[in-house]
Amino acid sequence: MGITIEGVSKRFGEFQALQPTDLTIETGSLVALLGPSGSGKSTLLRLIAGLETPDSGRIFLTGRDATHASVQDRNIGFVFQHYALFKHMTVRQNIAFGLEIRKASRAEIRARVDELLELVQLSGFGERYPSQLSGGQRQRVALARALAVEPQVLLLDEPFGALDAKVRKELRTWLRRLHDEVHVTTVFVTHDQEEAMEVADQIVVMNQGQIEQVGSPAEVYDHPATPFVMSFVGPVNELSPRSQLSCQLPDSQTGPHQLFLRPHDVQIEVDPSSSGVSARVADVIHLGREIQAELILNDGGSLWVHLSREQYANQPIQVGQQVYIRPKVVKAFPLKKAEMTRIPVGA
Amino acid sequence: MQALSQMSWPWRVTLGYLFLMLGLPLTALVLKSTTVGPADFWRIATAPVALSTYEVTFVTALVAALINGVMGTLTAWVLVRYTFPFKKVLEGIIDLPFALPTAVAGLTLATVYSTNGWLGSLVAPMGIRIAFTRLGVGVAMLFISFPFVVRTVQPVLQEIEKDIEEAAWSLGASRFQTFQRVVLPQILSATLTGVALGFSRAVGEYGSIVIIASSIPFRDLIAAVLVIQRLEQYDYAGATVIGTVMLLISFLSLLVINLLQAWGSRYET
Repeated sequence: MGITIEGVSKRFGEFQALQPTDLTIETGSLVALLGPSGSGKSTLLRLIAGLETPDSGRIFLTGRDATHASVQDRNIGFVFQHYALFKHMTVRQNIAFGLEIRKASRAEIRARVDELLELVQLSGFGERYPSQLSGGQRQRVALARALAVEPQVLLLDEPFGALDAKVRKELRTWLRRLHDEVHVTTVFVTHDQEEAMEVADQIVVMNQGQIEQVGSPAEVYDHPATPFVMSFVGPVNELSPRSQLSCQLPDSQTGPHQLFLRPHDVQIEVDPSSSGVSARVADVIHLGREIQAELILNDGGSLWVHLSREQYANQPIQVGQQVYIRPKVVKAFPLKKAEMTRIPVGA
Repeated sequence: MQALSQMSWPWRVTLGYLFLMLGLPLTALVLKSTTVGPADFWRIATAPVALSTYEVTFVTALVAALINGVMGTLTAWVLVRYTFPFKKVLEGIIDLPFALPTAVAGLTLATVYSTNGWLGSLVAPMGIRIAFTRLGVGVAMLFISFPFVVRTVQPVLQEIEKDIEEAAWSLGASRFQTFQRVVLPQILSATLTGVALGFSRAVGEYGSIVIIASSIPFRDLIAAVLVIQRLEQYDYAGATVIGTVMLLISFLSLLVINLLQAWGSRYET
């Protein structure tokens, strides 16, 4: 009963940002809205916040119909990609802002701000101005400010998008831990599948203004509901139906299907007696924690494969070498429409 | 001199230019005014008519600049936040006081605000006269100093991201509270800059005021007009003494406004 969305849609001029959408988010959960830009994820978040008004449908926050409630009355916390801190106020004043608007007593504000500074690990920074903080610190202040008013729902719009890779990684872990402590229903928007997987209990995958799938990170990754989800949540090879690899599959999975193979779901053998499909190694790239290789099949098709360091150590392959491959898991989707968004393999 | 030879050429050019364009004329003004001797200087500077012109000039200019501080901020807000037909035309019209010869401005204002003008005739039955009174001086100062605040506040407002306001709303602040506590403090420094520029411009205004005011001493005679009157009487020393006093007061006022401005932007590092 955290957040319930019923048939909510939104159009900006000619652009249908969100198709009529239903979604239920459990109280206390940590949910990621994942999708490419223009998929409607930010629009959905802003609709929940009341920063946009829906063209149709209803929005319930903790059981209360909030469709027509103003953003001020929804008791939400909102965190923006670019922090949106009040730069003329100190960290302390920023965090106290919501409490002052609610006319909390001085002592109460002081205690609460101290508590939040502690929570976001910025205890010594209360008297600084935002311009004196790093990006990661600013975003933690923004979080503390949003949490100060004890919101029913915490909404974050690409909260780590403006931070560099290392800080982003730290903050993700930190957000996850914070949620375990505070337990406020949290929804965050991201276009980074790794971020969604790492932080969220539930992932809502969105594309072209629609929800493609709702599920746990494992469900979304292992049992993608649509070709889009398959290709968005991780790297994939799309197999042509006429490929030699496809011919190895049971009949039921050929025909008008879209076939996908994850680069790590491929077994590589070097023994010429192998019954695998033969291919030539065209390129080997060391990515650090894994090795990526490009293989060219005899029919000219190419395939990306990822090998773990152990696999590679046990069986090194070189450019130009002849290998034999056996797909371990191939995902087949009945073909509906030709149009489909795909991300490049290895992205 | 050794310090001068170590300076890079932009420094030398700037210093030379400042000396020629500002330093030399100001020094000349002050030197000329001191030729009368301290006792006479004090007598001329504090003559009752001179004192009244300082009051008329600086107080009226300050009031005009403050009114434009509010109205200019409002105008900048409308220009930044709303789209409407002929917006570009309006943007151009706002800058007109910059371009219009001040005598033409005075003539136009006198036409509109005289007792038989469009606006003057409306308030005349209530016993209010605008042209040829101190009110007219104020109207002229309002007119010529209007663009300054708009032009200084507009770019700053443009830079304030919408998400700052949305953040304030999400924390429960009403639109008014958001403006008062979040937007206003961030544009205050720019508004003060605009007020300072408008104030200096109004203090220095002569062309339009000499037309719209009756220039009667102790009523609506401003310092700049008094200077001209002294010159017309070949009283060069008297003119420069009053000029020097104006210079001093302007300089002090700008100093105060600059301090206010620094205070308004203390959070920027």
